[in-house]
Amino acid sequence: MRIELAPRTQVSPWGRALAPVAALIVSFAIAGLVIWLMGRSPIAAFQVYIVDPLMDPWSLREIAMKATPLVIIAIGLSYCFRANLWNIGAEGQFIVGAIFGSGLALAVHGSGAGIWVLPAMLILAMIGGALYGAIPAFLRLRFGVNEILTSLFLVYVAQLLLDYLVRGPWRDPMGFNFPQSVVFDAAATLPAIAGMGRVHIGVIFALIAVAVTMIVLGRTLFGYRLRVSGDAPRAARFAGFSQARTIVTVFCISGGLAGLAGMIEVSGVLRQLQPSISPGYGFTAIIVAFLGRLNPIGILIAGLIMALILIGGENAQIILRLPLDLALAFQGLVLLCVLSADALVTNRLRIVRVRA
Amino acid sequence: MKRRDFVAAGTIAVMMAFGAAPAQAADPVKVGFVFVGPVGDFGWTYQHNQGRLAIEETFGDRVETTFIESVSGADAERVIEQLARTGHDLIFTTSFGYMEPTIRVAERFPDVKFEHATGFRRADNVATYNARFHEGRYILGQIAAEMSETGVIGYIGAFPIPEVTAGMNAYVLGAQSVNPDIELRVVYVNAWFDPARETDAARALMDQGADVIAQHVDSPAAMQTAADRGVYGFGQASDMIDFAPDTLLTSIVNNWTDYYLTRVQAVLDGTWEPSDTWGGLAADMIRMAPYTNMPADVAERAAATEEAIRSGELNPFTCPIFAQDGSEVPCEGDGVLSDEQVLGMNFFVRGIADRLPN
Repeated sequence: MRIELAPRTQVSPWGRALAPVAALIVSFAIAGLVIWLMGRSPIAAFQVYIVDPLMDPWSLREIAMKATPLVIIAIGLSYCFRANLWNIGAEGQFIVGAIFGSGLALAVHGSGAGIWVLPAMLILAMIGGALYGAIPAFLRLRFGVNEILTSLFLVYVAQLLLDYLVRGPWRDPMGFNFPQSVVFDAAATLPAIAGMGRVHIGVIFALIAVAVTMIVLGRTLFGYRLRVSGDAPRAARFAGFSQARTIVTVFCISGGLAGLAGMIEVSGVLRQLQPSISPGYGFTAIIVAFLGRLNPIGILIAGLIMALILIGGENAQIILRLPLDLALAFQGLVLLCVLSADALVTNRLRIVRVRA
Repeated sequence: MKRRDFVAAGTIAVMMAFGAAPAQAADPVKVGFVFVGPVGDFGWTYQHNQGRLAIEETFGDRVETTFIESVSGADAERVIEQLARTGHDLIFTTSFGYMEPTIRVAERFPDVKFEHATGFRRADNVATYNARFHEGRYILGQIAAEMSETGVIGYIGAFPIPEVTAGMNAYVLGAQSVNPDIELRVVYVNAWFDPARETDAARALMDQGADVIAQHVDSPAAMQTAADRGVYGFGQASDMIDFAPDTLLTSIVNNWTDYYLTRVQAVLDGTWEPSDTWGGLAADMIRMAPYTNMPADVAERAAATEEAIRSGELNPFTCPIFAQDGSEVPCEGDGVLSDEQVLGMNFFVRGIADRLPN
């Protein structure tokens, strides 16, 4: 006897919409059971993990900030993934974008340069990320190299480049030789939104990215071409869509947005370059993109949920003294349940009896 | 298990959490810790957590402690702020990378007291603390030179930052005090805690002929690898003797416990000040684990050196000190290198063959 997954011919739209909700409920139930077996209260855990952060304005603001880089990167990745191109290197594009923009911030440091600095930094970051994203696209087109491998390997190159810069030429001369840059001037720091604590205007960029992408995918010829190239590459070729142009374009968009996210994070949160500027945002964003089903609104929601889970995990450590490992296990559990629910909505389980 | 029990257990716990608060004379002082690694690293974070446990044991009901592990730089500001918002009175941030976030949160919470380990920025409510690890490393260098038969000794560094460089220089100066021709080989692993790379580094050093290995990384992995080949080694941060009982010579043990107890007591007494503490053997912030697996005369000499450093008679960085290129390092202290020179140390002393990565 074995169990098979057979594709459903008709997938109910309700099933598709409710699958993630069901998945969340199942993962809460499993996590609650584990917490109960640990001799702790699952209800208190749910309260601290999920309810409290959603009721508390400070936590909501922190969630918005934590979600910002995830959403911006994931929106970019959705262009690639829709075209069936696998950019795994957003983490590297994030770092290179931050390096490009920060280069300007450090060059004008202390010079009293005005308000043009920040927009220029953000544009430079997008250019840097886009150029870095174009490398795997170029290698694939010119030499047929698999973009999954090249984009991933370039992450390590970017990390080491940043490492070199903050230990060498960009090190703060007054910082006792510690590996970090100077703290950026106010002109190079993303301003906070009035009345929103430390929430910076980068949050607005995330919303703009979502809105623009909805229009691009839904209303433009480019969006249409992208969908066709992804869903039916042969049809796209017959229609005369240039595959090369699609590959380069989506990698540049994806890299550019990752670079923008990197600059926003450095200029809005860290305010200086350090050897490590990302706790894996570029990789977490891949999950966010898929949880959001490559749909801009879906990605926005998925980014917020991911941020909620990450911050709830910290609350669980602080308030309930639950271990970090439990928070990590819970994050994995949510993803597993969402993917399983997806598989069960688009497929049905079939038990096949085999004679011995 | 019945569903009813499940719900009942939860309800009771919620009632306990939100309902009756335990009757107490005064609110306990809440102490929070932000850790860079896991508390089970048997090194840096492990020792800080030992201090936290000692606070709980010593002060009992008068304190409550909280910790968050493996906090990245990007998350630090939020985590520290969350501790401050949830009523913590004293917050220890135990990694250099938390310096700017600590200062920023401290500005927003003037009534909360902060303590940042290994940094240099202070404020009215931010103190700093660190230990003079290099004092212990001078002793290790002497032992290494006496125990080495090949005249080649190895050193595993985490990052080429001043603290590691100062430790390495103290180690070489100690070794040169025994054998002026000693040769030091250095491998950096670019991580504080990465047992696999630490193991590889130990192998590489042994393959180059090193027969004593010192480390400035946090796991005991390299010591285990050295023990497999019967090569001597030194533990870091905690006493690692259990990981290499026949080959470990000693360990530099970070002792944060006394400092933490003093600081919590100061908060309880209302006498806390934003001080800068940089203590070594004399202040008992580092301790030497027992000198084992070595001849008695070597152990005696090590103990004598330890005592000389503790009493202030011997400073590992006594002038003249020559840099790798042969030039004499300016002597900015009183016959020794100044604290600033040690804290910002960015050169190798004469006798190290490798170049300082830059």
